[in-house]
Amino acid sequence: MKLQTHFALLDEGSKQEIRRTILKAVAIPGYQVPFASREMPIARGWGTGGLQITLSIIGKKDILKVIDQGSDESVNAVNIKKLVTKTTAVETTDETKEATLIQSRHRIPEVPLKSNQILVLQVPIPEPLRQIEASELKTKALHAEQEYSGAWLMLFEQIMKYGKTATDADHPVLVHNRYVMAPSPIPKYDNDKIHQSEALLLFGAGREKKIYAVPPFTNVTSLAFEDYPFEVESFEGKACHLCKTTKAFMDELVDELTNEPYYACNDTSACLSRLNQNEARMEVDVHVAK
Amino acid sequence: MAYAAVKGGTKAIEQSLDRLTYERIQSKQVIDIETIKGTMRGLIDQVMSESSLYGEDLAALAIKQAEGNVEEAVFLLRAHRSTLPRVYYTKPIETENMAVERRISASFKDIPGGQLLGASHDYSHRIMNFELLKETQSDMKKWLQSFLQAEEQVEHTTNLQCLPKVVDYLRQERLFPEVEEDNAEPLDVTKQSLQFPATRSERLQILTRGNTGAVTSLGYAAIRGYGEVHPTVGELRVGHLPLTIEHPTNQTQNDEDDYYIGTVKVTEVESFIPVSIKKGQKEELEFEIGYGIVFGQNETKAIAMSILDYSLSSEGKKYPTEDEEFVLLHIDSLESSGFISHLKLPHYVTFQSKLDSVRKIKKEPVSL
Repeated sequence: MKLQTHFALLDEGSKQEIRRTILKAVAIPGYQVPFASREMPIARGWGTGGLQITLSIIGKKDILKVIDQGSDESVNAVNIKKLVTKTTAVETTDETKEATLIQSRHRIPEVPLKSNQILVLQVPIPEPLRQIEASELKTKALHAEQEYSGAWLMLFEQIMKYGKTATDADHPVLVHNRYVMAPSPIPKYDNDKIHQSEALLLFGAGREKKIYAVPPFTNVTSLAFEDYPFEVESFEGKACHLCKTTKAFMDELVDELTNEPYYACNDTSACLSRLNQNEARMEVDVHVAK
Repeated sequence: MAYAAVKGGTKAIEQSLDRLTYERIQSKQVIDIETIKGTMRGLIDQVMSESSLYGEDLAALAIKQAEGNVEEAVFLLRAHRSTLPRVYYTKPIETENMAVERRISASFKDIPGGQLLGASHDYSHRIMNFELLKETQSDMKKWLQSFLQAEEQVEHTTNLQCLPKVVDYLRQERLFPEVEEDNAEPLDVTKQSLQFPATRSERLQILTRGNTGAVTSLGYAAIRGYGEVHPTVGELRVGHLPLTIEHPTNQTQNDEDDYYIGTVKVTEVESFIPVSIKKGQKEELEFEIGYGIVFGQNETKAIAMSILDYSLSSEGKKYPTEDEEFVLLHIDSLESSGFISHLKLPHYVTFQSKLDSVRKIKKEPVSL
């Protein structure tokens, strides 16, 4: 009883169905298309939606990058990468620029994406109105009628209570002036990268059995009021302790000796390439000085 | 020299997996699949039911690989299941044709065909049997021999292949409403995601593959106070059902051309639920049926399923157990355990974002 694993694990029928779902998602930007999500060898909630998209669209020539909360080496990123390469033997990379297919959990890479790249984001709760309305039947109707006052009221109530909007990751966006969409729990810092992105963005929610998309060059705005504009996380006055940049989303770390906080770039691959650039520049300087 | 990426995660995972293998085999005891199949009937049945994959060998292998962890064994089988194409659908089965091994009714003492206790823990005293600590193969052989000998002496008068349904008896009395046969092609929840309102076929599929504990708990809630179901087990059957498929190319209407592909062991429950029906000016009492069927002998789950099947058919949504989204979207083993366990994944970015939000609000308190 020895069974061979199919290329990219899923049988071709399943892949075809998922690709059709993706096409529909691309055709209706921001609309959540239901699909018969398969049970995967990794747990539901650990990126099975993203994984099913990746496995359905990956080809032998693709170069794959997988990140989890900004890191290529996070255990779950490694695990997903391992599963995809084991069943496809495609090349992998940590360099955002080199990748043709990027699967990510909760971050959009800081190196700007290009038109020959596809970003697949893992989504826990695809429904941006779920906190306001628990029933799927009702939220479907709200989207159909473009009835988004619940989402606006949520922001308004926060302003009344706290003096400003208090959303964190997964701040809802309006796609192509039609659908309010959950951008997946990316920090607000990443929201603007979806707007007019050159790369195709695909969102997969395995447990919730939904796929949605933002095609390249689509208008995407974060929900906000004119007098309370959208605000991203602030790292003012903070610099990465490795590459020294001040323009990045940072992880806050604590020095075990002094108990003082210090900061590091969250996108480890972007940090690494900055480090290498700095190094190269220093070598040139040394050379010129000679 | 350029900086290179740290490869911590890869190595850590390898070490963790080695550790897992170590834990599985460190006692140097080999348990083979036949032993699991031959001794862990209850576990196999639960795993097959929750994974909605009927295969005792595969279930036993999954149990071995998962070190007896049910959640993990179900996970393995479901993941395996989704790599297989669906080749056939079996033809509809009349459950009257079940080869019955156990059949009881809590509604009538004297049901046509009789009560048949079969094998059940129900009538055993739950006292630890320390004799089992020194059970030997020769003891077993001796016991089996005398049991089978006695069995041969018994005269079987009933045909256990076609016992009438208890409900038929009540239908003759018009205590159950006449229901038209619904022969609509069932939807397949593994091929098409569940949409609401769900059809009965979808509801039954989700319930039967539900986590045993979850189905049992919600069924319990529905009869204890958070629901309006007061069921009587009209009939509970355990036995084998024959499966047939149509000839793949030569599709005639003739049943004789069908292929017999084996049997599945199931538990089937029909719960009788009294309901009050308005007939003109006055109210009348009638019975309705809640239906439960699960792979293997999983009687509590099958009864709970029949309760939930009925409570989900009610129009009002007074209780969570009557809300199909509440029940059907939360009882799947893989979905619930997957999302709960994902909380172990790092949430550094999302938490940093939350911190930022809380700090900003603390810095500038609202002045209204």
